[in-house]
Amino acid sequence: MLTQITHSQIYVLDQDEALDFYVGKLGLEVNTDADLGFMRWLTVNVPGDPEHQILLERPGAPAHDDATAEQVRELVTKGAMGAAAIFTVDDIHKTYEDLLAKGVEFTEEPTERFYGTDCGLRDPFGNNIRIGQPKQGPIEIPDAAQFAAENN
Amino acid sequence: MSRAVEDTNRRMLRARDAMDRDYAQPLDVPTLARIAYVSEAHFIRTFRATFGETPHRYLQRRRVERAMFLLRETDRSVSEICLDVGFASLGSFGRTFRDIVGESPTSYRLRAGDLRAVPACFSKAWMRPSSFGEASERAAS
Repeated sequence: MLTQITHSQIYVLDQDEALDFYVGKLGLEVNTDADLGFMRWLTVNVPGDPEHQILLERPGAPAHDDATAEQVRELVTKGAMGAAAIFTVDDIHKTYEDLLAKGVEFTEEPTERFYGTDCGLRDPFGNNIRIGQPKQGPIEIPDAAQFAAENN
Repeated sequence: MSRAVEDTNRRMLRARDAMDRDYAQPLDVPTLARIAYVSEAHFIRTFRATFGETPHRYLQRRRVERAMFLLRETDRSVSEICLDVGFASLGSFGRTFRDIVGESPTSYRLRAGDLRAVPACFSKAWMRPSSFGEASERAAS
């Protein structure tokens, strides 16, 4: 039986710039930053949760030939790589204001939904990240009219 | 490796995000071109090369997609929905909607009404978020 997600991965175009953003702005911690020779193994985690690391991987040799790496970089910068991660916070409005003040580029401001309040943002490369504050307690699934009234 | 292409993509994405976010506002090409840091003519050409359609068409599709949702799920009138999603006139809304969807807003609403006849337990099951319950339990323990 599978028991846990220990690693997930995000393509970044520049690992130093990724550190500035994911650690300097979002407030994640560096888990491992190791030069393996063939690659820089760079992972971060949510503070206090080193059991789930996110690998900040740079597309390129030796994993990719130049043309393939270029395709990956194009997709990242077009925002075509899907949701890179969804994080949870205790106070979404405070987080939003803090990150906005740090110059983070939001695609959606905090919006109330039946499952909680969440917002969307981009990392410097184009990856889509969401941050949410889940509703406490049992979640009531709205009927269609309620759902429509609450969503845009 | 072409950094210029990536930089351009990123700026076009910023303009596209603005359309997704502010579709209800009167967004025009000068505004979007400013967001993308390019001239107006260059913006339209480059956006199309990047995303496969003109910015005007992208914004129309975004607005029509929202209108379809509101037609399906609310009882708001067609003229209210037209303004809700950022169209300036009922005429251009109706024309654009028909062009993209293939029928008028009113006939779409009548037809899509059938979707609401799906048993609620099915729609509930398919809309249920899977992991919030477990996640908050774990956080509390």
